[in-house]
Amino acid sequence: MDMNQYLAMFIDESNDHLQSLNEKILELESSPDDLSIVQVIFRSAHTLKGMAATMGFEDLSSLTHQMENVLDLVRNDKLKMQDYIFDTLFQSLDALQAMVEDITEGGEGKADVSPIVASLQSIVKGDFVSTKSASISSADSTTTNTSDEGAIHLDEFQYSVLEQSISEGHKVNYIDVAIREDCQLKAARAYLVFDLLERYGEVVKSNPSVQDIEQEKFDRSFSLFYITQKDASEIKGLIANLSEIDTVEVTDLDHDTLKQLSSDVRETAIASVSEVPKADEAKAAAVHDDAKHNRSGAHSGSTPSRTIRVDIDRLDVLMNLLSELLIDRSRLEQLAAEVKRSDLTETVEHMSRVGGDLQNIVLKLRMVPVDTVFNRFPRMVRDLAKSLDKKIDLIIEGAETELDRTVIDEIGDPLVHLLRNAVDHGVESTVERIAAGKPEIGTVHLRAFHSGNHVFIEIQDDGSGIDREKILAKGIKNGIVTEAEGALMTDEQVYMLLFAAGFSTAEIISDISGRGVGLDVVKSKIESLNGIVSVESTLGKGTKFSVQLPLTLSIISAMLVKVGTEKYAIPLSSIVETGLIKQDKVKNVHGYTMISYRDSSIPLLSLAKLFDVPDYDESDEEETEIVVIRKGDRLAAITVEDFIGQSEIVIKNLGKYLPPVQGIAGATILGDGQVALIIDSNAFIK
Amino acid sequence: MGEELKVIVFKLGEEEYGIEVDAVQTIERMMPITRVPKTLSFVKGVINLRGVVIPVIELRGRFGLPSVEYTDQTRIIIVSMNEIEVGFIVDSANDVIDLNSDLIDAPPDVVGGVKAKYLRGVARVSEERLLVMLNLSEELNRAEISQLESLEG
Repeated sequence: MDMNQYLAMFIDESNDHLQSLNEKILELESSPDDLSIVQVIFRSAHTLKGMAATMGFEDLSSLTHQMENVLDLVRNDKLKMQDYIFDTLFQSLDALQAMVEDITEGGEGKADVSPIVASLQSIVKGDFVSTKSASISSADSTTTNTSDEGAIHLDEFQYSVLEQSISEGHKVNYIDVAIREDCQLKAARAYLVFDLLERYGEVVKSNPSVQDIEQEKFDRSFSLFYITQKDASEIKGLIANLSEIDTVEVTDLDHDTLKQLSSDVRETAIASVSEVPKADEAKAAAVHDDAKHNRSGAHSGSTPSRTIRVDIDRLDVLMNLLSELLIDRSRLEQLAAEVKRSDLTETVEHMSRVGGDLQNIVLKLRMVPVDTVFNRFPRMVRDLAKSLDKKIDLIIEGAETELDRTVIDEIGDPLVHLLRNAVDHGVESTVERIAAGKPEIGTVHLRAFHSGNHVFIEIQDDGSGIDREKILAKGIKNGIVTEAEGALMTDEQVYMLLFAAGFSTAEIISDISGRGVGLDVVKSKIESLNGIVSVESTLGKGTKFSVQLPLTLSIISAMLVKVGTEKYAIPLSSIVETGLIKQDKVKNVHGYTMISYRDSSIPLLSLAKLFDVPDYDESDEEETEIVVIRKGDRLAAITVEDFIGQSEIVIKNLGKYLPPVQGIAGATILGDGQVALIIDSNAFIK
Repeated sequence: MGEELKVIVFKLGEEEYGIEVDAVQTIERMMPITRVPKTLSFVKGVINLRGVVIPVIELRGRFGLPSVEYTDQTRIIIVSMNEIEVGFIVDSANDVIDLNSDLIDAPPDVVGGVKAKYLRGVARVSEERLLVMLNLSEELNRAEISQLESLEG
């Protein structure tokens, strides 16, 4: 079968699963006792394994398989999560990631994962044996290697029968019988065993199967699940009394041990393929195939998310068509209001609703939450902090903030750099923090939010802050500024030196960040996205890197205002409030007009003057409508003639012909078909 | 033997101009124009052409001719070249003619100056009829616009 057509889907889904594994294991690390998380992790690993096996990526599936073993123990409360296990799991994830990447690039997804597999196996074996023998020590003797040889695969029905029997107070035994090597008629001896057992209870399942045993298709031992009323020791005695029986082991099972056996038995059988005798090898392989088959079956039944990839250009076309539809919709609404025919109005209203839904969908297609970039950061920060021996909490806010897909694709690397920077250079070592009287655990905030036509992403640490003098000294030493220039620079200008090419401030160059390349690359990358990066810092308190990115294409809520005959749209996200102000409340301060707003004075700007509107001048009016806008935490008020109302608008650019206009973010088309310009309020606040 | 061109003929005042038909998307009647503040004087603003926002410029202003009132005959010619779309406001546009490129002569020296750059040449359609052919790639050159902007202050 040609698998290529499924490959893209496989890669997509694998990435999804790896991501969710990463997230969930991190989550588990902070609350190790929450078994519901383990369930989720297990399911993801399980699906991944099934997919990999179906696609024929053996290394991938065998590694996930080992992870699954470990997780299964944890899930069944047989194993407590510990640091070592977390680290091993993360290592496995990294290896998986590398394999999936290899596959993405057309490779075979092969990798040498034996060390990781070995450590996973050691987790399974080491803890597995001790916990298991502890839990069933009551059932007399040695059961340690039941799983190695007596691999029995219980199907769901048999399993439930056994479980029910336990619930009903019957005794369920797992019996391992080995017949003497010199025995001539093994089948006959086995038959005797079965005959004996049938007298006192019921054999639910045996391995090899009863048929195989009757035809002597077994080596010299077999194992079985048995329901009876008799005690384990009694059964053991009875079997041992039969002639030519070498050893008998009878294990009394309860719910937990049963569960564990039924799932682990076959896992270990596969894992130890090379160690078991030849006959078992074939058997184990058969079980393996069986398991594989089950997995892929299970997988096709519960696909978590189905994706198709679409060229962004097609989405653009769709978007344009949709916005035309939206404009017609507004026009229709106006006409329907004039015509006043109820059935027309109803139809138009319905169309509006459908149109609104359609708009949401199309928008969502192109907009991606920044979470798709942010989600890999917790893991990264954890690893970094660990390798630097720091304790750091990464707090992510506004991960749902949406950005255009093209921007999302590009913003990852710069953010990684800034975060590494914050962790490495920003937050101090634990010792220093304690000495400075700060909480031992450092905090790094990663925030995303909309403001105006921009999305801001902030990375703020509560570390030592930036030392102006140090930066200057370094800048002078590296020949970036002269001493005289440096003395005249504002703090912000000094901080921006960090982004100059060839600058590294860490006293010890670490391999995590700071080789003198980096922040300048960050800056140029952000600028290539039409973004701006800025720094605020307080010595001893921390540093904040702020990245401002444009919203290239979207539909936004905006307030429509009128100035003279012209209409403008102000994005709602940048509006704090609207109001009225009396002319005599406006103060002139040093050539600027100011008004008092709340407890402070804010500048008052005239939209009519800013845009040279020919037919309106608010100075004739006694009372003026104002819109208070904000950029970050700074405010300003702009005067308009009238408010028209709030509306969803489609942002369009002004065409390539026009040079960028200060204060104009784009244009939109109103219900009456006219073009209104969208105000970029960020441009008015410096 | 030159190639055959289809040319759209439009008027500014009494003069006739020609644009190759391949570059023209549509010809529209006058429609509401939204002024764009703080831009070049000959940029009249932007229009909504079936959902696409397109800047329009007054070709009279571009060529330094005095503006006139818009009439029923006024048209906006939407041209598109190198992914740039722009509308030209012209006094009228009502003819399409076939032209052999051999008939186009280089712009006469006397025209001179900045303006000549935007002209591909002058076509002699008949004895009395001369057609000024626009050089669109120059016309739509954005670097040029910025330069002009700084010149005009």
